[in-house]
Amino acid sequence: MPTSITYGARFERASDQSLLIYFGEKISIEAHEFLRKLLSLLAAQPIAGVRNLHPAYCSLLVDFDAQIMSHREIESILRGYFDRLDDFPLPEPRQLEIPTCYGGEFGVDLEEVAALHSMAPAQVIELHASVTYVVYFLGFVPGFAYLGELPQALATPRLATPRHSVPAGSVAIADSQTGVYPFATPGGWRLIGRTPVAMFRLDREHMSFLSVGDRVRFTPISPAQFAAWKDR
Amino acid sequence: MKAIQVLAPGLLTTVQDLGRQGFGPMGVSPCGAADPVALRLGNRLVLNDENAASAEMTLVGGTFLFPDGAVVALAGSDFGAALDGAGVDLWTSAEVRPGQVLSLGPTRSGARCYLCVRGGIDVPLFLGSASTHLVIGLGGFEGRPLRKGDVLRIGSSAGTFSRRSVAPQISTALSPRKILRFTLGPQAEWFPESSLRAFRDATYRVYEQSNRMGLRLEGPLLAQTPGREMITEGVSLGAIQVPAGGAPIILFVDQQTTGGYPKIGNVISADLHRVGQLRPRDEIRFEQVTWETARDLLIEQEKSLSSEDIFLE
Repeated sequence: MPTSITYGARFERASDQSLLIYFGEKISIEAHEFLRKLLSLLAAQPIAGVRNLHPAYCSLLVDFDAQIMSHREIESILRGYFDRLDDFPLPEPRQLEIPTCYGGEFGVDLEEVAALHSMAPAQVIELHASVTYVVYFLGFVPGFAYLGELPQALATPRLATPRHSVPAGSVAIADSQTGVYPFATPGGWRLIGRTPVAMFRLDREHMSFLSVGDRVRFTPISPAQFAAWKDR
Repeated sequence: MKAIQVLAPGLLTTVQDLGRQGFGPMGVSPCGAADPVALRLGNRLVLNDENAASAEMTLVGGTFLFPDGAVVALAGSDFGAALDGAGVDLWTSAEVRPGQVLSLGPTRSGARCYLCVRGGIDVPLFLGSASTHLVIGLGGFEGRPLRKGDVLRIGSSAGTFSRRSVAPQISTALSPRKILRFTLGPQAEWFPESSLRAFRDATYRVYEQSNRMGLRLEGPLLAQTPGREMITEGVSLGAIQVPAGGAPIILFVDQQTTGGYPKIGNVISADLHRVGQLRPRDEIRFEQVTWETARDLLIEQEKSLSSEDIFLE
């Protein structure tokens, strides 16, 4: 399966010290699995001179030191990694749960989202909590995971005007994605709930609660359970 | 334990080193000094490692008391520094006696000035770096800009003071330059030739609402060829992205790790430190260079900076 994507991979120079690799031109689980393998292989066998990696839906940006290598050289090294991907066993994805208190003060947009789709708020909650999501990548701020794919019936455009500040832990949706705001930051996604789980914590082995490739489910909890949660 | 007491913080003063690289997969941007060349040279003036943490001042500097003295150097733009009222040279190490006060004012040149102190500013590291991540409030000094009354610990150091300065031809070469060189961005072909021409020919003005995340530019709007849809992807430092409205933004040190707007170009690495010295209302132009030129300029710059000949003892 990765082979077809390997040969379809496209390289594009993003800056004088970075190279973009596209694994196809659309969001797909195949492209994601390829990305996950490549990230694992690059973590296990780092390339000298590579400074940073920016994974996304179906691309990877590689920042490198141009004093050490050229675009052509890094591309050729990366192609060598592609050839080894099939021999590299990938661990089963982690299965994680995000307890979420939906609606009310925890999810101020729940009613409006329900109205937009002509359903009851309870149906929105049921649908949102009904599927297993994939962590495609982390971006925006530390620990912010882009989770997909939202049930099509819930796909909702972003707010026309982003909020100046969104509470940390907010569970939100935008287009066909869902995610959790790890910090109080500006945000344009629609807030449907909040989790008491810290998405990013310095005193934890995995600072980021979620990593690329994790499988995630949201489980509804009550305001009382939210208040009693230990991990806050 | 030596310390710096903040009597006045200035407009926006944060603790920065050269940033934290390698945490993109967690969504963590590198942050770090907006003008890393100034930070590196300032640190070498006081015989620190190039990456030592210093105070990055923005547009208006602060006032600092050194109860136990220190060896300091100011690097970057001229903020009219004075030590107990007597002028202090930029790009030169100076000995501060116990109880002396270093005061800085509004900039007379570019946007940023670095206060480097021998031993570095001692703050807990976050992911291996002392840099302040302002967006999430982590790193640096309590994750925030300095305030009046803050006390910064100075790291330990040994050795006696000897005056050191950056050779004038080097500091002159680093003075603000209003032409930024760029290479074409990964979506350059999404823009019609008329947009690319406008971008190359126009003078842009740095908009007031610019910060360490990005510099918004005022000037000709850049239309895109319709029909393309962007999928969020990784963004590189200095990327020039063009949102739907057409006004370009240079993504900078506190930028997000990924973004969903097409990039027409990218400022070359050798000119990124100049971006850190741009002030609101500064006028700039963009000059396109080839990949080979961009790389050669970086290698040349690093070769020049790595030499000890750039310092006068």
